Amino acid sequence: MRKSQLLMFVGSLLLLSLFVFPLWNITLEAPQYPEAIGMDIYINKFVDKNPNDIKNINIMNHYVGMEDIPEQIPEFEIFPSVVIGMAAIGAIFGFIGKKKLFVAWFTVMIILGSIGMYDFYMWEYEYGHNLKETAAIKFTDEDGEPMSYQPPLIGSKMILNFKAISMPRLGAYLMFVGMSMTLAAFVIEKKEDSKET
Amino acid sequence: MKIMTTLGFSALLLFAISCGQSNSNDNGGALGGNLADRSYVAPGEHDEFYGFISGGFSGQLAVYGLPSGRLFKVIPVYSVDAEKAYGFNEETKPMLNTSFGEIPWDDSHHPDLSQTNGEIDGRWCFINANNTPRIARISLSTFETEEIIELPNSAGNHSSSFVTENTEYIVAGTRFSVPIPQRDMPIDEYKGNFKGAISFIKVDQESGRFDLSFQLKMPGFDYDLAHPGRGPSHGWMFFSTYNTEESNTLMEVNASQNDKDYIAAINWKKAEELIANGDFETVPSEYAHNVWDESTQMATSTIKKEVKMIDASKYPGLVYFLPTPKSPHGCDVDPTGEYIIGSGKLSASMTAHSFTKMIDAIENEKFDGDAYGIPILNYDDVVAGVVKQAGLGPLHTEFDGRGNGYTTFFISSEVVKWKVGTWEVLDRAPTYYSVGHLMIPGGNSQKPYGKYLVALNKITKDRYLPTGPELAQSAQLYDISGDKMELLLDFPTVGEPHYAAGAPADLIKPNQMKLYQLEENNHPYAVKSEKDTKVTRNGNEVHIYMTTIRSHFAPDNIEGIQVGDEVFWHVTNLEQDYDVPHGISMIGAQTSELLIMPGQTETFKWFPKRVGVWPFYCTDFCSALHQEMQGYIRVSPKGSSVPLKWSLDGE
Repeated sequence: MRKSQLLMFVGSLLLLSLFVFPLWNITLEAPQYPEAIGMDIYINKFVDKNPNDIKNINIMNHYVGMEDIPEQIPEFEIFPSVVIGMAAIGAIFGFIGKKKLFVAWFTVMIILGSIGMYDFYMWEYEYGHNLKETAAIKFTDEDGEPMSYQPPLIGSKMILNFKAISMPRLGAYLMFVGMSMTLAAFVIEKKEDSKET
Repeated sequence: MKIMTTLGFSALLLFAISCGQSNSNDNGGALGGNLADRSYVAPGEHDEFYGFISGGFSGQLAVYGLPSGRLFKVIPVYSVDAEKAYGFNEETKPMLNTSFGEIPWDDSHHPDLSQTNGEIDGRWCFINANNTPRIARISLSTFETEEIIELPNSAGNHSSSFVTENTEYIVAGTRFSVPIPQRDMPIDEYKGNFKGAISFIKVDQESGRFDLSFQLKMPGFDYDLAHPGRGPSHGWMFFSTYNTEESNTLMEVNASQNDKDYIAAINWKKAEELIANGDFETVPSEYAHNVWDESTQMATSTIKKEVKMIDASKYPGLVYFLPTPKSPHGCDVDPTGEYIIGSGKLSASMTAHSFTKMIDAIENEKFDGDAYGIPILNYDDVVAGVVKQAGLGPLHTEFDGRGNGYTTFFISSEVVKWKVGTWEVLDRAPTYYSVGHLMIPGGNSQKPYGKYLVALNKITKDRYLPTGPELAQSAQLYDISGDKMELLLDFPTVGEPHYAAGAPADLIKPNQMKLYQLEENNHPYAVKSEKDTKVTRNGNEVHIYMTTIRSHFAPDNIEGIQVGDEVFWHVTNLEQDYDVPHGISMIGAQTSELLIMPGQTETFKWFPKRVGVWPFYCTDFCSALHQEMQGYIRVSPKGSSVPLKWSLDGE
């Protein structure tokens, strides 16, 4: 197996680390929560950062009319199949060892990743904007519109008394590393080709 | 002129010297700086030590931070506490049960901390009830009273609760000797007929659970205070005694006639052997044993019927008496385990007995007679030294781990620092006023943390803003890290402080429980989700299974209750977040509120007496919508046809 093939093979299989490590994390900081509360987002579940965090986020958010963070969302069914599929295809492409396949896989991953991020954004938007009419506390923003409680896609943002921080986690980083390896595989192959010609 | 100059110069010199002295007094501690800085703990910062200070006649145990002197919690132990529903809710009522029935009060004196290898280990705090003899165990993870055991045959449980080197036993001696077993007899036949019981309570090392292992039947003296041997003297327990005259009236005179009373040295390893050999009698004795079960969140009280008793007079090698002058009060053992300090409270001196010399005297039978068959060791053969004329009325001694002892003097109102071994007085500091006990964190263990000393005073007088005839009780904090003791802080205490115990915060803080796990709540009336809440009726007995979560009760509308019912409110706090308790009470309930920690279930009983619609509400400001956390209960006439109904938001 050539070096590029190995990179392609290992790089695509690194996607599977998403089953072990969280993809993303949202943390809420406030003076009353010196230890902060938050949740890790995996490709198939939401997990308390510390025990009961999601329950406690739900309790606080219900005052402004937000829905509970669901236990199950359709993405949790779709994402795992996509990840397994892409990892398997990538590994096979690694065996085949054609640079066009490498770049094709990488491109598809970029597209899928973008769709994933867009989907995540839309979920956050829905979560932050879908407020019950009966909410006990109704805040408005500077324009007099109902306040939104949408957490940031990436980075941090003040939402009332909470600082919401949204950042990738180890699963995402390993996926990026894996994708970079497949890109590197393509580049190496391309160099080899240019040497030969 | 020359003379004038010289005088002037001398005056200047004196001034300089006195300034120098006052400076060294102010800055003598390890930290230096001004006094306020050294007891100041900035907002948001934590104290370096926990202080557990007995609540005296409040019956409780107060938890302070040191050096700030800030009060954190009053742990209810022997007295009911309406704030925490202790002794009021159905779960904790059994904790205050005794063989005499439920008792709402006691007088708590001497907290002591669990030890491992002679060092405090941060697991449990123990404290005695003096009036109706009991010993309690308090968890240092939950800061709740988990167990109380009554001590039969004991009366005035003063020389307790003292913990042996590995928390094998909590040892508890009786202040009053009484007929054993109790019987109807003339008081003036005291002498020779009344006996003193000393109890050994075994502690399970995992659960902390008590077992009254055995009692020693001792001569009819008053057993005042005690401390265990440690290191080489491990396996021995030392008790000060007074009234070896065995008087039963006008004790202030008649119990002060003997020049020397005794320190009783008890070889409890020998006692264990006697028990193993069956050398005991089983004495019928009723006593209550009350245990809190964290899983079911309920206390149960069991009345036990008998105790194993060893007659100390019958078994050689079990007990020896060390003559000690002037009605000794404090009985303290230095960190090396070699010296046993008896503070003759009617004298100006303390007597230090040597454990090595004691063993030698026993082996060579250097006896000076006996008392009821118990050998009295020859005074001169056991005394290691005397701290002479140190003050008036010595009471208690603690140690700093640097070879110094610190003794309180009640009459001369001071703490005196002296050198162990040379018995010379090194320093003295006044107390305000009339100090009783003192405490150095770990100061009665093999590993004292000799930075601070807390003096626990009996009289306050003018030290604080006056509050009518009844004044605050007072403690004082001294820095003892330097050569000179320095008074840093006065702080008021809850009830009269007797003894106290202290521990580094790092020993206790990491083990703190933050909340009760809801899934581990096995209370028989717990409900774990709102959909399981209900109201049931069996005759006139009604059970409400209710939950709380920010910011509502479920159910919050209840109908179908009738006058004459006996209604149990079982309220589960569904919260699983740190520091989110909910409270509940309702109008006309003849009991306390409930204060329910996250994951906990508590129950109060209510007897509806009047027809109407009556409110209940959350008593602990839980959230922004706390004021909305309320509900109604409809009470109908007896025999009414209004059906039992409960709901939250119509569901």
